[in-house]
Amino acid sequence: MLTAVAIAVDGLGFAAWLFLSSVGLTLIYGVMRILNIAHGGFYALGAYSSAWAIGLYTQTGSTIALTYLIIPLAALAVGVIAGLLIERGILRFMYGRDEVLMVLVTYAIFLILEDVTKLIWGTGSMVAYQPAYFLGTIEIFGIPYTIYKLCLVGLAIVVGAVLWWGLNRTRIGKLLLVVIEDREISRALGINVTLFFTVTFVIGVTLGALGGAVTAPQISVVPGIGAEIIVMAFAVIVIGGMGSIGGAIIGAIFVGFARALSVHLYPPAELFSIYLVMAVVLAFKPYGLFSLAEGRKI
Amino acid sequence: MRSQLDRTEKLLIVGLPILIALGFILPEWIVNYIQVSLGTGLVALGVMIQMRAGLVSFGQGLYFCIGGYAAGMAGKFLGISDIFLLLACGLIASVTIAFAAGFLLRRYREIFFAMLSLALSMILFGLLSKLEMLGSTDGFNLPSATYLGWAPEGDTAKHALYVATCIPTIICAFLLNRYLRSPMGYIGEALRENEIRLEYLGTSAHRAVHIKYVIAAGVSGIGGVLWALALGHVDPEMTNWTTSGQFVFISILSGTGNIVAPLFGTFILEIVRVYAVELSPNTWQMILGTLMLLTIIFLPRGLWSLIQEKKHAKKSGGEK
Amino acid sequence: MSTILETVNLERTFGAVVAASNINIKISAGEILGVIGSNGAGKTTFVNMVTGYLKPSSGKILYRGEDITGKPTRDITRLGICRSFQIPQLFLELPVIDNIIIALTIAKEVKPSLLKPAITPEIVDEAMEILKRFEVAQYAESEVGVLAQGIRKLVDIAMATVNNPDLLFLDEPTSGVSAEEKIQIMDVLMAALKTTKTAVLFIEHDMEIVEKYAPRVAAFYEGTILADGPTGEVLDDPKVREFVIGTEFHRKVEENQVGGSV
Repeated sequence: MLTAVAIAVDGLGFAAWLFLSSVGLTLIYGVMRILNIAHGGFYALGAYSSAWAIGLYTQTGSTIALTYLIIPLAALAVGVIAGLLIERGILRFMYGRDEVLMVLVTYAIFLILEDVTKLIWGTGSMVAYQPAYFLGTIEIFGIPYTIYKLCLVGLAIVVGAVLWWGLNRTRIGKLLLVVIEDREISRALGINVTLFFTVTFVIGVTLGALGGAVTAPQISVVPGIGAEIIVMAFAVIVIGGMGSIGGAIIGAIFVGFARALSVHLYPPAELFSIYLVMAVVLAFKPYGLFSLAEGRKI
Repeated sequence: MRSQLDRTEKLLIVGLPILIALGFILPEWIVNYIQVSLGTGLVALGVMIQMRAGLVSFGQGLYFCIGGYAAGMAGKFLGISDIFLLLACGLIASVTIAFAAGFLLRRYREIFFAMLSLALSMILFGLLSKLEMLGSTDGFNLPSATYLGWAPEGDTAKHALYVATCIPTIICAFLLNRYLRSPMGYIGEALRENEIRLEYLGTSAHRAVHIKYVIAAGVSGIGGVLWALALGHVDPEMTNWTTSGQFVFISILSGTGNIVAPLFGTFILEIVRVYAVELSPNTWQMILGTLMLLTIIFLPRGLWSLIQEKKHAKKSGGEK
Repeated sequence: MSTILETVNLERTFGAVVAASNINIKISAGEILGVIGSNGAGKTTFVNMVTGYLKPSSGKILYRGEDITGKPTRDITRLGICRSFQIPQLFLELPVIDNIIIALTIAKEVKPSLLKPAITPEIVDEAMEILKRFEVAQYAESEVGVLAQGIRKLVDIAMATVNNPDLLFLDEPTSGVSAEEKIQIMDVLMAALKTTKTAVLFIEHDMEIVEKYAPRVAAFYEGTILADGPTGEVLDDPKVREFVIGTEFHRKVEENQVGGSV
């Protein structure tokens, strides 16, 4: 019974974290058809910048409460600066190229970002535990949980809801759906596709950085965290079907609970369980649960 | 007459004794780099032959690692040190696993193929990092190689291993070149272009992918064994996706035009890496990334295309 | 003449849409059959089903009396049923000759060798022979991607004929080419196929072409066969005139108007 509760709560926690860390990847793929390997780099940038900003801020001795504002601001800063630089400076010259080539391009960008992170913040580890520590813990059926982790579940729901609302209920969101459906026709209709791409990329990068930024208080930020997240994020979005926000939610829940199950029942299989879920799903639905039907070819 | 050799094959045959001779002439540190890069070069070859069919394997480190670990485990648990048996272990292990995994992967192309091969390699990474028995993240050491009962020591051992690395590498390169020229390899080119037509011509695109995948895994496994013997050590980093990324990098840099190019590419990269890391340890990946971007933008067919284009220009010039 | 292909109540649905239903057709060895019908009438769906690209929802396909329903495309090709495509399916980045050599390689090798060279002087000669027969030999060294649609169509058809099929489907062999080229393509094609005694089923929108080249016509309408018989009778059938040729006529008028305004 206790284990069941622990699995449920942990699973939810993992799922929320996974969703936050991978939704940017699926958004960019959905709109731009770019599987952005550099997502891992943005995640790391977000984690470092948030840990660094929190560290600077807490040195002043002011109230911890404001750090909850610093975290999203750090992510936004990364999104706007790095996102704009990379989209305007590199990616825009490559639109319409082969999807595999874009994987290679974003992989190259990822490599560059890895070293940029090291050059800015060094190779040591950074900790910024204050925001997580400040909220204290809560007991659920006798098991202590950090409230911070539960807040992430809330944040994940808010992010998911805002994205859904933005896409389906606003004018801009609906135009974006048109762009996703057919770029050429959108252009002919007078939609500024390039602007949509730029904005989507910045939002996607911000979300990736946010994933890292909210994770930073819970971990020790070290080089290499970006490389880990990209593979996991891919597993999450491919389960639901790449490019679908709803798919990312389902994928995060699948993977989150699989991981919670194995953590509590058979810890050595933790990493394995994630890919096992992915392999099983893909064995039955080769392109994920919500993949779109392919058009007529001949 | 029956099976003419093409230029690459002649180059490989002439190149083998030269390569071996270099091992006795050049300073030891260069020979070490050559030896190490022959191992990884084979993996890059594996990536390259898949790339010719439009398949980018972001997880070729999987078979590199399987080869190395299979040889290592044969040494650690069975006490095998004979190089022929170790190579056989690596080859059999990688081919068997690739054959099984191929049933899943052959259904995918493009980014799915890239990312799923990556995911597979990360499964092994996760497993090996947790396995205490195999030294988890530290890995373990391999025995020194023996040759049909002959166990050389000191400098002789180094030379013997070097020769024993050159020969399988060149044989693999030769056979791969043959494969690419064969009907099956030729179908690979068509695979990249149009699978519907392939099916309508009466052959299975899935099977062609599967065969290619297994062959690539086989050479990567051999590369893994040779590399592990050269270093005397294996660890899970061999199957980390950043390792696989470097193999992809080499294939892009050297292009898919010629079988020899990735072998050279690996060696050059190895040398550049040593100096780059020494000069400025935290900019190596940045250099890699920048080089990769520049290659993709300016030389989409790799460095080899420079040589080819020159040839092409000469040919058309001569006709006029 | 003996029947080589027979379909029995062939049907295919996509969700609620019925793309083809109740398709009963017989084709004899060496016969030439034209198929007409407006877009969406189920012509290509029919070809896709017979060649194994689409699985029929129900019904049977008999080839030389053998049930081939649901077999994969490659097996059906090996049995001797080949096709060309409305949009040519070629290896665009390779030269024309390589396209044909690949087709020949696959047609010849039942068990493809891993180590024997694929390109031999003999196979190159054979490929050139085929290109000559289709009158596209002068493009042998050109990449397919740079060629005009009419040439691509011929290469596409040439590729479908390399393993001497007994039954060949041509999906709109003259679509996307100019009016003058249409006759030219059909002449080249029919001359090239004459030597092989292949049964040919071709889908065509141009009634002149149908009348000129097909002694028998099947008219498709909304997924079913409206009429099937000697060309003259079918084209005079009032139902066919109303539902099939009528729409074709309008289509043609529209095309001409578009063409005229430019």
